[in-house]
Amino acid sequence: MTPTTGKDMELICPAGTPPALRVAVDAGAHAVYCGFQDETNARNFPGLNFSRSDMAAAVDYAHQHGTKVFIAINTFPRAGAATLWHRAVDDAAALSVDAVILADIGLLAYAAGHYPDLRLHLSVQAAAANPEAIRFYVDAFGVKRVVLPRVLSVAEIADINGAISCETEVFVFGGLCVMAEGRCSLSSYVTGQSPNMHGVCSPASHVGYHESKGDLVTRLGNFTINRIPAGQPAAYPTLCKGAFRANNVSGQIFEDAVSLDASTLIPALCRAGVKALKIEGRQRSRAYTKAVVTQFRAALHAMASGAEIPHSVLAQVSEGQSATCGAYLKTWR
Amino acid sequence: MQSTTLTLGPVLFNWPVDRWRDFYFRIADEAPVDHVCVGEVVCSKRQVFFADILPNVIERLERAGKEVLLSSLALPTLKREARHGAELVNGRHMVEVNDVSLLPAVAGRPHAIGPFVNVYNEGTLGFLASRGARLVALPPELPRSSIEAIATGTPDVTIEVWAFGRTPLAISARCYHARVHGHSKDSCQFVCDQDADGMAVETLDNEPFLVVNGVQTLSYAFCNLLREANDLVDIGVSSLRLSPHMYDMVAIAHLFRDVLDGRRDADEAFLRSRDVCPSAAYSNGFFHRSAGALYI
Amino acid sequence: MFTLSFRHDFRVPDFVSSALRPLPLLPLEIFLQQLASSIVARHPDILERIGRTDRLRFGIDPSDVPFAVEIELHHSVVGLRVLRSFDERLLHARITGTLAALIGLVDGEADGDALFFSREIVVTGDIAAVLALRNAVDAAEIKLLSEALALVRLWISQPGKLLRGLLADEPRRGYATDNERTQP
Repeated sequence: MTPTTGKDMELICPAGTPPALRVAVDAGAHAVYCGFQDETNARNFPGLNFSRSDMAAAVDYAHQHGTKVFIAINTFPRAGAATLWHRAVDDAAALSVDAVILADIGLLAYAAGHYPDLRLHLSVQAAAANPEAIRFYVDAFGVKRVVLPRVLSVAEIADINGAISCETEVFVFGGLCVMAEGRCSLSSYVTGQSPNMHGVCSPASHVGYHESKGDLVTRLGNFTINRIPAGQPAAYPTLCKGAFRANNVSGQIFEDAVSLDASTLIPALCRAGVKALKIEGRQRSRAYTKAVVTQFRAALHAMASGAEIPHSVLAQVSEGQSATCGAYLKTWR
Repeated sequence: MQSTTLTLGPVLFNWPVDRWRDFYFRIADEAPVDHVCVGEVVCSKRQVFFADILPNVIERLERAGKEVLLSSLALPTLKREARHGAELVNGRHMVEVNDVSLLPAVAGRPHAIGPFVNVYNEGTLGFLASRGARLVALPPELPRSSIEAIATGTPDVTIEVWAFGRTPLAISARCYHARVHGHSKDSCQFVCDQDADGMAVETLDNEPFLVVNGVQTLSYAFCNLLREANDLVDIGVSSLRLSPHMYDMVAIAHLFRDVLDGRRDADEAFLRSRDVCPSAAYSNGFFHRSAGALYI
Repeated sequence: MFTLSFRHDFRVPDFVSSALRPLPLLPLEIFLQQLASSIVARHPDILERIGRTDRLRFGIDPSDVPFAVEIELHHSVVGLRVLRSFDERLLHARITGTLAALIGLVDGEADGDALFFSREIVVTGDIAAVLALRNAVDAAEIKLLSEALALVRLWISQPGKLLRGLLADEPRRGYATDNERTQP
């Protein structure tokens, strides 16, 4: 791939609801990604997502404003019930969306076979973390862009871009999976529901909060997964951000309550050949979408005009109110 | 109908090389398993430890009539790791693919798909089968209904289900063993060798919960589908996978073989398995569409 | 310019809170009930998005004023009561935070997850119901101030509306009486 310049880097923004989509479009998103109101997408949360008519109106609004729409159909179809996922692909194609974001090999084969003109993006849930895996999806299904899993350093991303023929998209802000996405069953081990099968991680229906001795105690299923002292920032009730004990060490064994903010790495990611920057957070509010999209549009603008990337002021919307560059810096490992 | 086979999965943990070798030698001599997977799946840094004796182990297993499969890494990201994968494919043994990156290299010849590749439905299985997959180990979180729908759809592929051992739940770029011991991944000092069945992770209420094995996270509970074994056969599963632990795996393999062959009652075998693994907590929740940690 | 413009750290001063304490709750209850009903009438998609047909009772507890609000949703009916304190056992879920934070959530000026991370709101009970409510309210694009002003204008132009509320025949009858209530 030829190196990308800041000017043609795309900002890919989340929309959990139609108003959030309009906010993202108005704030300058180059593309918005969203999902249907069922388990075909990985943010199958109560009160979120788009009905078929919501989606049609949303695509109209976005296209009128020159913004692309990607539909995430990025869970793994349930055996014996793949029709629900096939219908999602059919409907996305009928709506003339700009791309569908898929993870499952069988669903990619379906989409490539039935809709040769439909642009396919590989979801982060497919966890394609090396050139050979990416080439497989490109050669087998004609995938045009891969969303890279959040396990790679910037140098590794540059190497990958040098060895593949499709575009790459990377996460620059928001919730951070510490495990390779699409290959994690921690949630279903405790709740019976998983990101891969149900589009949920640590579902709210299995979460309980209570106060105990001044601590905020988080229960997931039958287990206590966190205990946050008064005054300390809280985290999502996901297992990987919980506090546990191992080898006589107590604390966040897997990951601290932080979220990703790679805004300072945008120039490096650009030099590494990345085509698109993705913001996590379809489960978040309009206020979040507006703040984050605005900040990152300003960062891209600054980079294109040779100015310094503005200092991020997004800590207040971040999990645990603190940010990390995650695996992009090798020290994270 | 061909009888249900048993597969011994690869050793997932960092065992001293002597123990590793002796384990496989005993499996070769005594365990009624049909397929044996060897090779490092979790961390490529461990590969050097047993590289020298691997040919001996393979030879001993083959002499005992076992079909040997070479398991690939679950999360290769380095060039060195990609090269290692290519070497596996170029050998004379069937490869168990644990990452999509090896699919192009094995296309068109018989191969196995390991439990770290996401095969959640008959569409994916059909695609993989058309490219030469002969033995497919399903993701451990699949419930019975999904296993049945997949297994009945493709008769010419051997469908394998995770039937015994701590269940792999997640894999990461970050090494949690190193993190807990205060080391970086690059200078980890191989602290994962201190925990032959994984490092226990407890909740703050002192409840055992998970185990850590380097970059991998597994269940604390041992999956045990002895009592489900005959039902699995009924719904079209033709291979059961046993994952190595420090307990007597030969005895575990005999229990499964006996149940499958009708020589031993499943409930009785399950009780017996408690004696074989006295301190193991058992689970079967995933199979029963429930929380994986539960025993239903 | 990039921050959330919303003043989430505003607290009603104690002297104001103390001054409010002796006031009767009924007029406020009538006002809020009619406000809630008109919001739901104008934004039927809220209940659709919540997507629950079971009876849901939320306790909304502004920590800096001397009253709390109980909201009950059942099919398309919204019932509301203003109370000095809750009977926790009758609630499915409870949301506690400053009045400013709670209004910010309704108005779309605040981010619920951010307020949760900073411990400015605390949620207990049926978290899925809270999440559904929050997402549905955020999607409804409610302008609380203009909704409230519209109601005040209605009261001025049609005093009978207010009077009927005072006579207590209005939609809060959608609410089960105390002894009919079932435990969540």
